[in-house]
Amino acid sequence: MALRGASGVVPDMLAERAALLATLRGEMAARGMLEVDTALLSPAAPSERALECLAVDGAGYLVPSPEHGLKRLLVETRRSLYQLGHVFRAGEVGRWHNPEFTMLEWYEVGASVQDAIDTLGAVLATAGAPALGRQRTYRAVFADTLALDPLTASLDDLEQCAETHGVAPPEASGDRVFWLDLLMGLVVQPRLGAQSPEIVTHFPADDAVLIALDGDDVRVGKRFECFWRGIELANGAQELTDPGLARQRMHREQAARAEQGQAEPPIDERLLAAMATGLPECAGVALGVDRLLALLTGKRCLAGVMPFAWPGR
Amino acid sequence: MAQYSTQQFKGGLKIILDGDPYSIVENEFVKPGKGQAFSRVKVRNLKTGRTIERTFKSGDSVEAADVFNLDLQFLYHDGEFYHFMDPASFEQYQASEAAVGDAAKWIQAEDKCDVTLWNGVPLQVDAPNFLISRVTQTDPGVRGNTSSGGTKPATLETGAVVQVPLFIEEGELLRVDTRKAEYVSRASES
Repeated sequence: MALRGASGVVPDMLAERAALLATLRGEMAARGMLEVDTALLSPAAPSERALECLAVDGAGYLVPSPEHGLKRLLVETRRSLYQLGHVFRAGEVGRWHNPEFTMLEWYEVGASVQDAIDTLGAVLATAGAPALGRQRTYRAVFADTLALDPLTASLDDLEQCAETHGVAPPEASGDRVFWLDLLMGLVVQPRLGAQSPEIVTHFPADDAVLIALDGDDVRVGKRFECFWRGIELANGAQELTDPGLARQRMHREQAARAEQGQAEPPIDERLLAAMATGLPECAGVALGVDRLLALLTGKRCLAGVMPFAWPGR
Repeated sequence: MAQYSTQQFKGGLKIILDGDPYSIVENEFVKPGKGQAFSRVKVRNLKTGRTIERTFKSGDSVEAADVFNLDLQFLYHDGEFYHFMDPASFEQYQASEAAVGDAAKWIQAEDKCDVTLWNGVPLQVDAPNFLISRVTQTDPGVRGNTSSGGTKPATLETGAVVQVPLFIEEGELLRVDTRKAEYVSRASES
């Protein structure tokens, strides 16, 4: 049996972790991306209903992703950038969640969604994962798995489907986003990427904030996610460049947060000001590095690859 | 009434669902990166032993079950109920046949049992891991056979039947592992 130190992770795992971080940095550099380290502590927070930021007394918020900082620097540098480091999300504790985790996030100037998917595939392959498998739209995945059209199904259809699959919370009521999240998270996602990492594109636009919508069908966004062995590994999109639309959607999300009784951190005016100057057309991807390492090394939880995982720390 | 929110969910927590007491076996936090969070829990019904799965919206609360365990001394069986006593407080409890279940054939007067109580009423009785009991009936072993040889059934004072080595005779005291229903050794008279 391998020795476990106070950190809870075997020394071999620390070496594998270091090797993966080096591989990812090497791959980013080989693609001409500049590494930057934006501030982890921000005066504002992304206005997204599904992201809870950790507030630091008198200092702002710990970022849930380096997106805003990277985009502000994209405006200044107009070149492809990446950040590899820790991010924070309040309340996310579980087998595959840790409130502090390591994320690789990059933005490629001039890239399309498909370019971003291809780059992700290459990054994963370099890290030792199998080549990308299937690529389907969110709509096709729901049709294949649940025989349901997520864009046209009624609330009753969605609730009925959740009941049928035994995942409906008792006395639950919710909007489309609620039922789709439930079905995606508990029924669809566990079946994705069984053999090799799988891509799902064209997510519903209901909760889109800083991403571009599909020109042919504005009910969906130019956003994709990558799943491997039922675990969400990465999220990417063609980025929204219109600051007016960004502000509108942020206000929509703030209103949703207020309705749910969630905290309402201030809107990120610095990001909106930068976007007004001109965010270059780009596509971005955020990759969960701890999850990738866990899956590459056959671990069944994040605690197996993180030196100081919650709740033990 | 005490409540637990999903953030407090963890293995072993006792909660009420549909009026029955349950113990959380496993709690999985499920959250799409861009979506809302849920708790998918596996729970065991403490009355029936059945395990089911339930989903909760993150942040929802459920009623806490007033369930705790006590070491109680078994007193006697009156034909309908099994009577126990808390040796510390001398308080007495009566357990139904359903609560005692399989433990019935592994307990005898004065044994200390791990009893799970719900709202002060025994819900489940676990026999001590080891029982020392006298053999009330067993056929004579075949001469010439030694301790290395086969086994034969023996009935204990508690009513349990266990496989014992051929050399065991009626009237002997045995030490038995109640979890596996297995003979361990002869026990000495205390």
